[in-house]
Amino acid sequence: MSLPEFLQATIRQAMDDFGGARPAMLEALRLIQQAEGWVSDERLQQAAGVLGVTPAELDNLASFYSMIFRRPVGETVILLCDGASCWLNGADAVRDAVTEKLGIGFGQTTADGKYTLINCACLGACDRAPAAAVGRDRRTVGPLDPEGLAALLEGGA
Amino acid sequence: MTDLPQTERPLTGRARPDRRPHTLAEWQALGGYEPVRRALGLTPAEVVDRVDAANLNGRGGAGFPAAKKWKFMPAPGTAPGDGPNYLIVNGDEMEPGAFKDRLLLEALPHQVIEGALITAYGTHATEAIVLIRDEYRDAIANMRRAIAEAEAAGLLGRDILGSGFSLKMKVKPSAGRYIVGEETALIESLEGKRAVPRKRPPFPAQSGLWGRPTTVNNVETISLVPAILAHGPQWFRALSRTEEGGTKLYAVSGRVTRPGLFERPMGTTARELIDLAGGLSGNGVLRCFQPGGGASGFLEAAELDLPLDFGHCQKAGSMFGTGTMIVLDQTACPIGVLARHQRFYARESCGWCTPCRDGLPWVARILDALEEGTARPGDIDILRMTAAEAGPRGRSFCDLMGGAMSPLATALDRFGDLFEAHLQGGCPIRRGNL
Ligand SMILES: Cc1cc2nc3c(=O)[nH]c(=O)nc-3n(C[C@H](O)[C@H](O)[C@H](O)COP(=O)(O)O)c2cc1C
Ligand code: SF4
Ligand code: FES
Repeated sequence: MSLPEFLQATIRQAMDDFGGARPAMLEALRLIQQAEGWVSDERLQQAAGVLGVTPAELDNLASFYSMIFRRPVGETVILLCDGASCWLNGADAVRDAVTEKLGIGFGQTTADGKYTLINCACLGACDRAPAAAVGRDRRTVGPLDPEGLAALLEGGA
Repeated sequence: MTDLPQTERPLTGRARPDRRPHTLAEWQALGGYEPVRRALGLTPAEVVDRVDAANLNGRGGAGFPAAKKWKFMPAPGTAPGDGPNYLIVNGDEMEPGAFKDRLLLEALPHQVIEGALITAYGTHATEAIVLIRDEYRDAIANMRRAIAEAEAAGLLGRDILGSGFSLKMKVKPSAGRYIVGEETALIESLEGKRAVPRKRPPFPAQSGLWGRPTTVNNVETISLVPAILAHGPQWFRALSRTEEGGTKLYAVSGRVTRPGLFERPMGTTARELIDLAGGLSGNGVLRCFQPGGGASGFLEAAELDLPLDFGHCQKAGSMFGTGTMIVLDQTACPIGVLARHQRFYARESCGWCTPCRDGLPWVARILDALEEGTARPGDIDILRMTAAEAGPRGRSFCDLMGGAMSPLATALDRFGDLFEAHLQGGCPIRRGNL
């Protein structure tokens, strides 16, 4: 499947905005991920084509930056903070409750493809610890409660 | 946020509690962009001198005087080669326990633009880039909207307010990795590369983004600049209780009742800040605290009345860092906190130099083993050796490793017995034995 027209256009726009292909490469990866949840090999090659760089150059970036996903993820990605302030406020209990409820650990996706659980660095929401960022718009939720995970699981795709 | 009058909180006094940002018209009704008008009526050197007299230290972690850094920026035509001077506003904020820049970007985007305009003018920069971590989506959107408004009103772009000064400004979202916040790694990242720090010298002011003179400043540093232009350096210095000028956007999190952000005079004490945060959770007893994020050394009850600024924290054997405090009560184990920090630093290492790439995972594994009760006596010696060998500045390629070692070294000094106690079956605090 070829790269949707709007993605080609937004990548070209990023090249204009940032002054060329190089500074727009990471943005191109972000834009694809924003639209599709992750960056497949096919999309990476197509984006490299639009940018005029080699797929290897683009993958060199994709493999460095941790928030670019090169494997499929569920409809809703849950980034659960594993920072110290969240730990001090019960993040482990939240993690255990999510794992129990969804049957997945960090780095895994539920069998129905609904959720992916990922541990991540301090989200800058230590005043809402334990905190998470949910869905494609990375909506910050917290303080989370292991008894009621609705805020987390209904955080939206 | 707090009950101090707005005039004593130049940074956050105008922020709305729900963080809804001001439109340009609303901001101007509150006196917005007046400081820019004032700055453009001065020469760039006069602007820098004012900030110098205000004693504004960088709020990104190292506390380097802002004006001193700006003075390294060459005037147009004096640097070799062609191209602009750049200003980079650092909004990567990923330090454990830090959540201050997020507020400034989300709620006060026009203040960031004002600060960037004045800083750019003082450093002869004609292009400004605000790098914001990917998770801060509201910050990215609010900054972009504010920039578009300012452009439409002629406050950004060509010949601003008829001064002849021009500035292009844009937002660049990041895509993860703590090392992106290190200024030379940030520059690599903006050039479309993996974020591996550069050798210094040359410093960014000599050769930064695309080889051009570049200033990198933290969001909070930039956001304080308009107030200096509006009210003058003496007023700014008088806000502080110490030699270091201005207010500070302190943060308190961890085992406190109401974690939050508090703009207070520079030199406010941990005791006052913990009070502002409603005291310790469940009226507990303080065990220790980190005054400035994950990379700052542990302090204890004896230091509760220490004025928190860069100089005082350093003298006390810690570091002011981001000024965002992590508080531990008696139910919390500093070794457990360290274990989380070290896993983070190990994961975020860019992998370029060996002490950091190989040393940090080793340290993290030992701390995990201590917590679980599977560590061996010699392990604590390995921790001591690593902190001593790799901690000092300059032993690793950048300050990520050194920063990671500082809380480890202070913990080993201050809580040696607690480390030993972990050898007998794991964390004694978790088991209720201490
Ligand atoms: C590993 C590492 C991460 C850093 N992350 C940040 C950051 O997220 N934000 C920031 O402003 N400074 C960060 N810094 C400090 C920057 O290198 C730089 O000193 C700072 O942005 C300068 O701004 P200031 O002079 O206004 O403080 C980091 C430094 C290191 C070593
Ligand atoms: S200390 Fe070395 S490996 Fe660690 S982040 Fe800095 S350059 Fe990379
Ligand atoms: S430690 Fe979890 S948001 Fe900061």
